Amino acid sequence: MATEILMPALSPTMEEGTLAKWLVKEGDTVKSGDVMAEIETDKATMEFEAVDEGVIGKILIAEGTEAVKVNTAIAILLEDGEALDATPVAAAPSVAASPAPAARATVSSPESPVAAAAEQTPDWPEGTELVQTTVRVALRDAMAEEMRADENVFLMGEEVAEYEGAYKISQGLLDEFGAKRVIDTPITEHGFTGIAVGAAFGGLKPIVEFMTFNFAMQAMDQIINSAAKTLYMSGGQMGAPMVFRGANGAASRVGAQHSQCFAAWYMQIPGLKVVTPYSASDAKGLLKSAIRDPNPVIFLENEMLYGRAFDVPKLDDFTVPFGKAKICRTGTDVTIVSFSIGMQYALEAADKLAEDGISAEVIDLRTLRPMDLPTVIKSVMKTNRLVTVEEGWPQGSVGSYIASEVMQQAFDYLDAPIITCTGKDVPMPYAANLEKLALITTDEVIAAVKQVTYR
Amino acid sequence: MAARKSVKKTNVSAEELTEHYRSMLLIRRFEEKAGQLYGMGLIGGFCHLYIGQEAVVVGLEAAAEEGDKRLTSYRDHGHMLACGMDAGGVMAELTGRTGGLSKGKGGSMHMFSKEKNFYGGHGIVGAQVPIGAGLAFADKYNGNGRVSFTYFGDGASNQGQVYETFNMAALWQLPVIFVIENNQYAMGTSQQRSSVTPDIYTRGEAFGIPGEAVDGMSVLAVKEAGDRAVAHCRSGKGPYILEVKTYRYRGHSMSDPAKYRTREEVQKMREERDPIEQVRTLLLDHKYATEDDLKAIDKEIKAVVNEAADYARNSPEPALEELWTDIYA
Repeated sequence: MATEILMPALSPTMEEGTLAKWLVKEGDTVKSGDVMAEIETDKATMEFEAVDEGVIGKILIAEGTEAVKVNTAIAILLEDGEALDATPVAAAPSVAASPAPAARATVSSPESPVAAAAEQTPDWPEGTELVQTTVRVALRDAMAEEMRADENVFLMGEEVAEYEGAYKISQGLLDEFGAKRVIDTPITEHGFTGIAVGAAFGGLKPIVEFMTFNFAMQAMDQIINSAAKTLYMSGGQMGAPMVFRGANGAASRVGAQHSQCFAAWYMQIPGLKVVTPYSASDAKGLLKSAIRDPNPVIFLENEMLYGRAFDVPKLDDFTVPFGKAKICRTGTDVTIVSFSIGMQYALEAADKLAEDGISAEVIDLRTLRPMDLPTVIKSVMKTNRLVTVEEGWPQGSVGSYIASEVMQQAFDYLDAPIITCTGKDVPMPYAANLEKLALITTDEVIAAVKQVTYR
Repeated sequence: MAARKSVKKTNVSAEELTEHYRSMLLIRRFEEKAGQLYGMGLIGGFCHLYIGQEAVVVGLEAAAEEGDKRLTSYRDHGHMLACGMDAGGVMAELTGRTGGLSKGKGGSMHMFSKEKNFYGGHGIVGAQVPIGAGLAFADKYNGNGRVSFTYFGDGASNQGQVYETFNMAALWQLPVIFVIENNQYAMGTSQQRSSVTPDIYTRGEAFGIPGEAVDGMSVLAVKEAGDRAVAHCRSGKGPYILEVKTYRYRGHSMSDPAKYRTREEVQKMREERDPIEQVRTLLLDHKYATEDDLKAIDKEIKAVVNEAADYARNSPEPALEELWTDIYA
């Protein structure tokens, strides 16, 4: 029986890819393990092997085709001696265990002109040319620009140089800046973080990439006891001007040890700055500010956002200052505050709530330390209702801090208890249905808003 | 107290030997004074004295050049004095006063001096080791020919990050000298009870890092070994390990009754191996100095230490606004 060969998901977050090259042609016999094609994901070019024996009956997707969705049929495999138009085609098992989540694509960009808040100073001058850029490329561009501008800036981490980044964030940097400034480390977070702190004490400006922030727990002592506190302990004589960056939060189907948000942890530490961009323009502008900042900066990226494109202004030197929240959508009935990937749920919820006649003001904090509480409080004084949204755990969450501050500073303005929407209080499960249940959803945000607006 | 046992001919100049004597004596008297002030309640918290180990840092500082960097653990007073940091500033930090090197905000374990290239003062055992290699990384990056003296103890030598650092320092050929001050006790745990190998310097072998054991009670032996290590690092050959066998006379910290060793063990070390007595004997035997000369030095050091103590007692406590400064640059 003929089977369809499907576009495989070759990483936990892959939704589509480029069919770069066919290494077999119609009529070729393949057996299990033969390399059939090269597929370019958002992170790497991967070889795609045959699972079953058979003859390539037909190639359905030509090589060079971009944006081929996972699970699209790309070829038909026939049993030996079978003709092409024989029996109905059955789907072959895809290489990856399950398709990547697909329902993440349609989000209104916070930079869309409709959403831009009138009362805020815009991040770039009116009329600036905007270029659709992925978060991934925006981060790379930010590092490249700052490395061109300052010889003391260098990048170190696992797979940042020759591999060009486990998530392809450092693509092209080794070529441009050489091995002196783009440094592959052994897998030794505690050690290389300490070395980077020492290099910062010694006058350099390291960017430390953690493949994901889960691994930064190995280096927590150096980040907090050495990097964050030395300026204070030295009476202002020396500190650690450096950036710790990498993917934070849940990716997709990678289980408990690789799926967690550290925003609330780092946000607690005096001496650190904590940055949590959502859009590509913020990723770029804030990373450039982080590299220039004379303090240790925790820069929390999100793997689910790396491949997403947003408008980024075409400017020679575009930066976004710390401590300035962005009102992404103005509204009158409720304030929704979020950051990083939480913005996706906040904005989706606001869109749907608008259909029900509820006008939500959506604020992206962008940086958690410093945190722009005045913008939040000003908004709450207008809407009298607040919902916070984040992916992290509930106890000691970012939202619980905001709720406590708003309660103390704007108690008389509140018409309903604040609701803090968070991930569930469980280690991240692996099973697809349970993982979905553990994460915050747009529907939960909508329900929270309806609760505080008594609708 | 006599230490005649290890006296032999030396080709070290009178001037150099006298300087060693002066530096070691300053540390000894300073630490004795700190112990005294602690007893009076003027110094709080943890206070780790360097008495007995003076030859280590004095010998290695003699091997250092202008611009070289150093950092160590929480037992750091001796290192600061040896690299020329002001005794009054160190003592005032111990008393938590505004005249302290960290304005009273660091304390005994957390002091720094950009001017003297002293990068702490680290309170977490072993954490200074990768940081020291990081300083060397910066030096190599800048191509300035400097080396970084990274001190840690026999206790810290069992921390995992030390070996992570050995690997990277060797991989990247960093100009760092790992100085293991083996004073035989990690707090109350003797080396025999904590380490399977008696010679810690051999632990660099797996990484191809040369190392040697050094008599840490002899300032001249330390200086000689320091010269070898510095020459190795400065010539671009990468890291070097010195395991300096030394001994601390006092407890781990002020609150340690040191029940894990006998009084006789300490007494024997003091009588037979004391680093200051050894140099004193050399000075006298070589007629580099008379008893009167040495008495004059003793008096001079005593005056420096008393002045430091007075400064530390009289310097005001930090202004309350200081609570909120130096958190961000």
